[in-house]
Amino acid sequence: MDGETATIRFLLNGEPHSAAGINPHTTLLAYLRYTLGLTGSKEGCGEGDCGACTVVLGDLQDGRIHYRAVNACILLVATLHGKEVITVEGVRSTDGGLHACQQAMVDCHGSQCGFCTPGFVMSLYAMHRMGAATDRDSINDTLAGNLCRCTGYGPIVEAAQTMGALTGGDALAETEAERTALLASLQDEKLLTLEHQNPLTGHHCRFYAPATLDDVRMLAANHPGATFLAGSTDVGLWITKQDRELDVIIYLGRVQALNTIDDRGDHWQIGAMVTYSDAHSLLGAAYTDFGEMIRRIGSVQIRNAGTIGGNIANGSPIGDSMPLLIALGATLVLDGMSGERRMLLEDYFLDYGKQDRDPGEFVQSLCVPKPQAGQIFRAYKLSKRFDQDISAVCGAFSLMMDGDMVASARIAFGGMAATPKRATAAEAALKGHPLDENSVTAAQAALAEDFAPISDMRASAGYRLKAAQNLIEKLRYEVDGKTATRLVGPMHRLEVTHG
Amino acid sequence: MAERGITGGVTTPRQHDSAHKHVSGSAIYIDDMPEPKALLHAYIAMSPVAHGRLKALDLEAVRAAAGVEGVLTAADIPGKNSVGPVRDDDPLFARNALEYVGQPVFAVLATSLEAARRAAKLAKWDIDEQDAVITVDDALAAGDAMHLEPVQHMGRGDAGAAIKTAKNTLENHIRIGGQDHFYLEGQIALAVPGEDGDIVVHSSTQHPSEVQHLVAGVLNIPDSFVTVEVRRMGGGFGGKETQPAIMASVAALGAAITGHPVKVRLDRDDDMHMTGKRHDFVITSRVGFDESGVISGYRAHLASRCGRSMDLSAAINDRALFHSDNCYYLDAVKFESARLKTHTVSNTAFRGFGGPQGMVMIERVMDHIAFALEQDPLDVRLANLYGAPGRDMTPYGMRVEDNVAGDIMRQLAETSDYRARRAAIRDWNAASPVIKRGIALTPVKFGISFTTTHLNQAGALVHIYTDGSIHLNHGGTEMGQGLFVKVAQVVAEEFQVDIDRVKITATNTGKVPNTSATAASSGSDLNGMAARAAARTIKARLTDFAADSFDCAPGDVSFQRGEVRAGNHVLTFDELVKRAYLARVSLSANGFYKTPDIHYDRATHTGRPFYYFAYGAAVSEVAIDTLTGENKVLAVDILHDVGRSLNPAIDKGQIEGGFVQGMGWLTTEELVFDDKGALKTHAPSTYKIPAASDRPAHFNIVLFENENHMPTIHRSKAVGEPPFMLAISVLSALTDAVASVGEYTVFPKLNAPATPEAVLTAVEDIKARGRA
Repeated sequence: MDGETATIRFLLNGEPHSAAGINPHTTLLAYLRYTLGLTGSKEGCGEGDCGACTVVLGDLQDGRIHYRAVNACILLVATLHGKEVITVEGVRSTDGGLHACQQAMVDCHGSQCGFCTPGFVMSLYAMHRMGAATDRDSINDTLAGNLCRCTGYGPIVEAAQTMGALTGGDALAETEAERTALLASLQDEKLLTLEHQNPLTGHHCRFYAPATLDDVRMLAANHPGATFLAGSTDVGLWITKQDRELDVIIYLGRVQALNTIDDRGDHWQIGAMVTYSDAHSLLGAAYTDFGEMIRRIGSVQIRNAGTIGGNIANGSPIGDSMPLLIALGATLVLDGMSGERRMLLEDYFLDYGKQDRDPGEFVQSLCVPKPQAGQIFRAYKLSKRFDQDISAVCGAFSLMMDGDMVASARIAFGGMAATPKRATAAEAALKGHPLDENSVTAAQAALAEDFAPISDMRASAGYRLKAAQNLIEKLRYEVDGKTATRLVGPMHRLEVTHG
Repeated sequence: MAERGITGGVTTPRQHDSAHKHVSGSAIYIDDMPEPKALLHAYIAMSPVAHGRLKALDLEAVRAAAGVEGVLTAADIPGKNSVGPVRDDDPLFARNALEYVGQPVFAVLATSLEAARRAAKLAKWDIDEQDAVITVDDALAAGDAMHLEPVQHMGRGDAGAAIKTAKNTLENHIRIGGQDHFYLEGQIALAVPGEDGDIVVHSSTQHPSEVQHLVAGVLNIPDSFVTVEVRRMGGGFGGKETQPAIMASVAALGAAITGHPVKVRLDRDDDMHMTGKRHDFVITSRVGFDESGVISGYRAHLASRCGRSMDLSAAINDRALFHSDNCYYLDAVKFESARLKTHTVSNTAFRGFGGPQGMVMIERVMDHIAFALEQDPLDVRLANLYGAPGRDMTPYGMRVEDNVAGDIMRQLAETSDYRARRAAIRDWNAASPVIKRGIALTPVKFGISFTTTHLNQAGALVHIYTDGSIHLNHGGTEMGQGLFVKVAQVVAEEFQVDIDRVKITATNTGKVPNTSATAASSGSDLNGMAARAAARTIKARLTDFAADSFDCAPGDVSFQRGEVRAGNHVLTFDELVKRAYLARVSLSANGFYKTPDIHYDRATHTGRPFYYFAYGAAVSEVAIDTLTGENKVLAVDILHDVGRSLNPAIDKGQIEGGFVQGMGWLTTEELVFDDKGALKTHAPSTYKIPAASDRPAHFNIVLFENENHMPTIHRSKAVGEPPFMLAISVLSALTDAVASVGEYTVFPKLNAPATPEAVLTAVEDIKARGRA
């Protein structure tokens, strides 16, 4: 299977595009700006945090093109085969003038320096195409991954609210049927292989994009040191910020079998390639705080690319969904030539940067238990900014109540240790007691045995421990239910005094 | 304005001139320009240590790396190794002394940016690392050697005695963090060599003339050989006032040496390590006041982290002193100001230019006095405002003649329902153990003019072509603030033609020379006047010509709605222009403006440094989580004075953007340096500017009905910086919320930025002191 180098074929602004001889490390943004001269998309950070490079990616799903905003700066061209890319240059109305999302930005004075503007336009365009809600919270969420340093956002929010009323049509929508057919013709289950030698460094890279689970198992066995690539929200930064060159990349995004959510009775089995966006509504409906945590885990662009499997596999001590999944008792399923291997998620994280994954194994899926009667689930994320930030502390609590009594507790924290970790001493302090001031005080003291956090740029060790301890008290207030405890999210009850 | 007939005249809410291009991705920033033939890319390699001696630097492997065409070091500089704007203490490349993590040491020129960046990593550094002075406290402890200039004093009367004899006294101490500009477009320059040693530099700069001068100095060529051009920046905020000289000089040096065009584009992380930021301050104060809260004596000691060199720190710290009074009359007063050298990046201009930091302390003092007297802080603020003669003199001896602070505050208190809400919040807090709210109304008075008097000058160049279309150029730069459209409105108004007849063009040192930075909020004040002067020169020639041609008095010639009326004759503007050309009337003129009536003696820190003041006030309502320290701004009402607005839409954009940027400075934006002096928050993943949801759900901005009492351009007022300081109301509201934790019996010690950790620390401190 080695030796042949594929051409990456995708649609670009409505036209078929072929990228031959591409370096698997090449980001879409670099390709657009410096190879194709499409300079509308900007680089503000090169790490998927500012959104100036936002483009819209189209995927064929059930015979229709599904559009989502993504960050081009950390998206690799090699992963685009069979997809559609829309950049700001491709957005216009049917008469060739400004599209409604662009006209609304002009009308509302939504641009000042203009550098972030194409990214905002693309987020608005995706919103417009997908008919997303236009309430303030939804708009804020749509725009959370686009930073603007000039406007203060008001005029942009206003543009989002008013663009729906503008007419003019969408030039791309007129050719949707043809483009859907074109995309369909690019779908297949053949293993796609790229080989590339960087003329600058001499480094040789092999890139595989299998479409079947069997091919993944074979590739994983043949290349035990390979880097598995999902949404590239982490690997993308290895390239843009660390200049790393990867020997073998196995891209899992084309494997349909990894991109499913199955109802298994008492739990859901979620494939490793399911993005946060796709898991959002299911997990949010089951556990309100899980939905809010997914919303805050990253921007829309990141959630549209990032996968739960990828978040687990990279073993970050601050992956926000880990404490929640551990508290819920989620089970991880690894796969490989020698078959499936299951373990409790908390057992996967051995130490900083070290996980219980054998060479040749890959993360296949995750089993998340459904809510049970008598279960109380709460999760809290503490960060400097509410949206699109990395936690200083992330805590998750799953209590099984027997009347007023805590029958059992699973508590897990991120940001408190070298790995996401259970707070077993605090759990023990609550078990068999009502959730009252005494048990909370005992659990707070026990938390200091569970964790010895470090200081870094996100928070001091002292803050981390104190705030984590206080979260147990917050939990008590919330179970009690008598007072406001939240500043944001669906559980907040805070009205402005302003008339 | 229908009755006036032209589109885009002054006072109309005209869109930004580039809005259409911004939204369609066709506005061209420097990195979007087609790359010239044989372009080389430069990567600037930075010091890995905060303080050390570079004993040896082995660049052999760098030079030998694939794609590398050359390496630039201090030894390659034909002229001065200096990019300092005021003092020659900012070398382009460090030679031996390494003085901050991120300091430029050498640059690699290569056929691609990737090649240059990879090659730079092959350098072998031999560094004798030395102890580094990182913080304000470190620098104060280190003594005289770490002062960039002598401690500066401003004041009058015997403040110490006044405080001593006052009925009440209070002390305050606050730490105020710095701020990264986080312009979305990183620093960039593209230098293209020409003949005879000429060079054209495309620089993302607020100060083309300074870039021109410093590049010429580095290359050891006359200024006239260097042309600097900038069409637009992707944000500046002060961060592109002095800092772009580094990128421009590296590009120009590379171009001069190799004969190739050279581009320097900084990656975000490198930009944040290498370039200067807002100064962080530690301020202590002591105040004496009577039973109604009126201040009789005030002393403040301001110490700031300037970083490794002077840059603009003298003027910035001066402005901190000019604004340590804010809107308040301080009878006996003494300010002391220490400008401290540290082994960190040299801090620089940033919207407000020191003013915000000075203002934060006096607003903290107002809150504290009110707290001590159990009064509404609004009443204490009103009681201390500048007033009638006897209470109208600033500590630097300038009379406050245009004071509208009280009018604005009273009107805003009314429209925002401030007093009723304050009472409602107190009731709500009593029944809410976890979430607490706070509210505050704070004013702003901001002095307009460069305090370095000679900088208050500007030039413009206007041509009319034979078809009647107008070419406009001036020394101001466009960074998103809408300067270009405002100045074009002024010119359209003057000629009475539609604004789309006025072509906006890139700022270019070859067209208008010797300009000042577009800074100090002065852009439209200075360039609007200069452009009007140019337009009036041509208009006077056209008027005389029309009077001659149609045999009427010049007084009978008028320009209206694209037409010119001369006595009984009416002809189009275009027709008159064509006739004037044929009659050999010059249709090109430059214009010049200098701000009158200002003077300042820096030795005594007295004079009239400002032409006028801009005012405003804001009410902010916030909520805090007393268990986690998380906090949120819920509602903001602003009433702001922009004089007679040249463009209300642009001005409101400046007000909202400035406020949100100020809110970020005081809440989420935290610069964390480790104890080795390395910045740990050097990208948006770790440095958090406000996002869309941080904007308060209720946000109301109203322009105060006012006209500048000074004859500025159409009686407007500067708007760039003043609204930034309206965000101090957020810090005061947070202080109010934290105070509720101790039932308003213990005054909070809340530092800025009020991160969750800072708020929780203040909450825990109140709990501890409440128990004591």
